[in-house]
Amino acid sequence: MTTLTRPSLNAHAHNHQARRQKQLGMGAVYALLIIGSLIFMMPLIIMVATSFKSFSEINTYPPTILPNVWLPENYANAWNYQNTNFTRWTFNTLLIIAATLPGVILTSSLCAYGFARLEFPGRKVWFGLVLASVMLPPQVTLIPLYILFYNLGWLNTFYPLIIPAWFGGGALNIFLLRQFYMQIPRELDEAATLDGASHFTIWWRIYMPLSRPALISVTFLTVLGIWNDFLGPLIYLTSPENYTLALGLNMFQGLFITRTDYIMAISTLMVLPMIVMFIVAQRYVVQGFVTSGLKG
Amino acid sequence: MTAIPANFPAPKRRRHSWRKTIEGYLFIGPVVLGLIIWTFGPMIASAYYSLTDYRIVQPPEFIGFGNYIELFTTDRLFIQSLSVTVRYGLMFMVLGQIVSLLLAVLLTQKVRGMAIFRTFFYMPIIVPYVASALLWRYLYNKDFGPINAVLQAIGLDPINWLGSPESSLFSMVIMSVWTGAVTTIIYVAGLQQIPEDLHDAAKIDGANAVQRFFAVTIPMLSPTIFFNVVTGFIGSFQFFVPAFLMTDGGPIKSTYFYNLNIYEKAFRWLEMGYASAMAWVLFIIIMAITVVLFRVSNRWVYYEGSNER
Repeated sequence: MTTLTRPSLNAHAHNHQARRQKQLGMGAVYALLIIGSLIFMMPLIIMVATSFKSFSEINTYPPTILPNVWLPENYANAWNYQNTNFTRWTFNTLLIIAATLPGVILTSSLCAYGFARLEFPGRKVWFGLVLASVMLPPQVTLIPLYILFYNLGWLNTFYPLIIPAWFGGGALNIFLLRQFYMQIPRELDEAATLDGASHFTIWWRIYMPLSRPALISVTFLTVLGIWNDFLGPLIYLTSPENYTLALGLNMFQGLFITRTDYIMAISTLMVLPMIVMFIVAQRYVVQGFVTSGLKG
Repeated sequence: MTAIPANFPAPKRRRHSWRKTIEGYLFIGPVVLGLIIWTFGPMIASAYYSLTDYRIVQPPEFIGFGNYIELFTTDRLFIQSLSVTVRYGLMFMVLGQIVSLLLAVLLTQKVRGMAIFRTFFYMPIIVPYVASALLWRYLYNKDFGPINAVLQAIGLDPINWLGSPESSLFSMVIMSVWTGAVTTIIYVAGLQQIPEDLHDAAKIDGANAVQRFFAVTIPMLSPTIFFNVVTGFIGSFQFFVPAFLMTDGGPIKSTYFYNLNIYEKAFRWLEMGYASAMAWVLFIIIMAITVVLFRVSNRWVYYEGSNER
């Protein structure tokens, strides 16, 4: 309490000094922000710049920052490179996303509602198991799952990448949606219950529409996860016509030559839609990362 | 409305709870089935496979703890891959947490246009691992790579980043710090929850920015730091794609990560039993580390509102 009176002793001088210090601080903050942004964005800038360079320009010393000669045709050449089929691989990736996303959204929100709003024996135990499953290294289940899919005849199909997502849609998504549902005022469901609505109706008619922000986070994390997944397709997809984009990108890394120009062109094309999605939905995405805490 | 008193009699409650139980399991059914089919079942299978010699084409042959004995006595690659992974984990933990925390402090300063800067700093998250691995392979290129060009431009010697066993692992750490903005995001969220008046009070007491950082920010942030350390360390045991794409474990196995080892055993040599044993060893190590971290955390993680420390 005594501290409250202290500043008034020399208020004017103190204020003046504080403001100058603040401005100085602001300048330093901006300087650091700009330098930091440059460092963090530089790899991406180099990626885009390199995608327009000629193969010989990439392999000369010293490297250029911007291309001496801009070659937009790198993109067409990369897309149609020998032994690649990027149209097909894009289609495959989108197909997997389209087949996975409804399963993730429907089943994770259904389970989240059950954990957030229903009282029944075993609920806490199962929720604990869902959370604990996050800690389990995926390698432990990788081999038996591979053998299971082998026995089911699912290898070299998209089923191993799609079907498991229809069973709860991932522990982190359930957790994220449950957190969101717990914040919805219970008066809403009580009013609906009095009107004779079942829990299923309440979930579908009230919780699903209300949780749009959380569902956007889940959607983004899911799409990003599939788009970027490398290990899953690497293990389960064997014939090139079934490859996804992430797997196909590696085709430029040849035994004898690595077509860095083409790698950068396809990388740019691959990153672009995600950047657009990220910028459009940044608020939801960041919230998703914060709540789920882990990279999808 | 008239239905409410009818709920009171005791016999009806039991039927009610049955109905509730069934309803509850209908809702969480998908994840319950999912955990059984995709997690617990495979875990049991994997534990069994780890005790067998199993090469997929022939049925598993029970050999007891043979795989485990071989791992710990004769398999030098196992030790090497474990050591690579742990060294990477420690380096990444220290460097990653420090950089992320400093960035988060920077990104929570109250200046205009911060949203744009945050977008810039968070951007690497969305780059696919394949793309970032191939991109950094180029950045690290010994002869034509941009990083060495910068070094030479300022008069330093070029570094054979990925090509020499001394620097290859650390090169992976740097790349991971770049892609690891999720840690920064979580620190930013943690920093935003620290009440402003704590800083103000410390300021009035004459603490400068550095003192405030260590006396207020760090203790208040300790649960977040703890969370990031645990998930970061577990995450470093999942490290695979860059090692697979950039160095293939080399040179001379200096980036031969544990996961790469499992992958090669399982999918290159089809030694499913042996690879399962490796996966279980990893699981036990992760469990042990997590337990230790939680134990230790009681000493230094400060949870607001609890008297115990």
